[in-house]
Amino acid sequence: MIDTDICIIGAGPVGLFAVFEAGLLKMRCHLVDALPQVGGQLSEIYPQKPIYDIPGYPSILAQELIENLMEQISPFRPGFTLAERVDSIEKDQAGKFTVLTSEKTLITAKVIVIAGGLGCFEPRKPAISGLEDFEGRGISYFIKDPELFRNKKIVLSGGGDSALDWTIFLAEVASELTLVHRGESFRGAPDSAEKVGQLASEGKIRLLLESQITSVSGNGHLQSVTVAGKTRQDFAFEADHLIPLFGLTPKLGPIASWGLALDKSAIEVRLSDYSTSVEGIYAIGDINTYPGKLKLILSGFHEAALMAQSAFKYVYPQQKLSFKYTTVNGINAF
Amino acid sequence: MIHVTVIDRQQNQKTIQIQETEDSNLMQILKEHNYEMRATCGGMALCADCHCLVLQGFDQLQAPLDQELDTLETRPDAESISRLACQLKASESLDGIRIKLTAYAC
Repeated sequence: MIDTDICIIGAGPVGLFAVFEAGLLKMRCHLVDALPQVGGQLSEIYPQKPIYDIPGYPSILAQELIENLMEQISPFRPGFTLAERVDSIEKDQAGKFTVLTSEKTLITAKVIVIAGGLGCFEPRKPAISGLEDFEGRGISYFIKDPELFRNKKIVLSGGGDSALDWTIFLAEVASELTLVHRGESFRGAPDSAEKVGQLASEGKIRLLLESQITSVSGNGHLQSVTVAGKTRQDFAFEADHLIPLFGLTPKLGPIASWGLALDKSAIEVRLSDYSTSVEGIYAIGDINTYPGKLKLILSGFHEAALMAQSAFKYVYPQQKLSFKYTTVNGINAF
Repeated sequence: MIHVTVIDRQQNQKTIQIQETEDSNLMQILKEHNYEMRATCGGMALCADCHCLVLQGFDQLQAPLDQELDTLETRPDAESISRLACQLKASESLDGIRIKLTAYAC
């Protein structure tokens, strides 16, 4: 069990900066993110793209901004739970929140800040009949422990770098490996594509180009996949594991079921402090909506500052909050 | 005036009129016409939210650049007539095309 003042859901730039603003008011933060790394869409989608509208930086790479934010918040020693999705938030009678993640991590907090951007990044899933019946029973979208695939019959699907890299790696691990790709060639790194071609010509893997998986079947666990090809008839073959690798895309996910007032896929907030319809829960950054909302990182930073002031007053209603500048007081680490 | 026929994510078809505009693309124009358009990456051909199938006029479009092709690779539902609307400039080449927007989830 992790106990903190503020549990921040989403470790993108706005969630990270919220740690700084809360830290100035001596409130501790713990961040949770579904991705295995911090940075949200900046790190996941466009790490090497320059951003031109961060005040004080004529140009900064997205990943560099995240690294700077991590440095900026380090005096306040935030906690991190990464690669776990927040599934539920409960509020007890005393007003304390309990957050439960997909990996059953429990976090208690006085305040919840949702800085979830566009939602959780989840794997893109191909339209294969029966796919969801075997998720966790032979079908997975991530490779956490390659040893699980030792001496198994593995099928990978996809044509990007991830599919190529894992094909090369798992060729040594699996008893039988098949890579199914819809294209006639690969767009991934040429070196990797060449290596995969070589493995196929040596008979170490089966490479099915211009092909798509159309169905999966099994008896409680995946047992076979059926592949349709452009130039041959559908055929089925044995498989212990199927790993579709098509990258990630954001989905609102469980946020929609937390009882918050929503407008389409965004959380409605008060303009004064970005509080939601549930007392003690705030929403900042791209996930919220209010009249005049601009989905900009700099707007999210401003929202984080106002949220922190309001959250302090909510947690410590008896304490006087005197506003201080960092230029006068510096950063009082804890 | 350029005419583009759009089948939206609810399968409704409508033809919209657009003006040739430098610095604008079909994703932005669809947004301006109130089509549901998340566009996570904002138009950098990185997220594939604006993936569409070009049912008519595919061959009249400017050829895709590498980044667009790389990103299309991540869509399990991509077809030979797939494009990213954010990479289609608001130019005469769009006149008469018919596109179908696809679900974000794939």
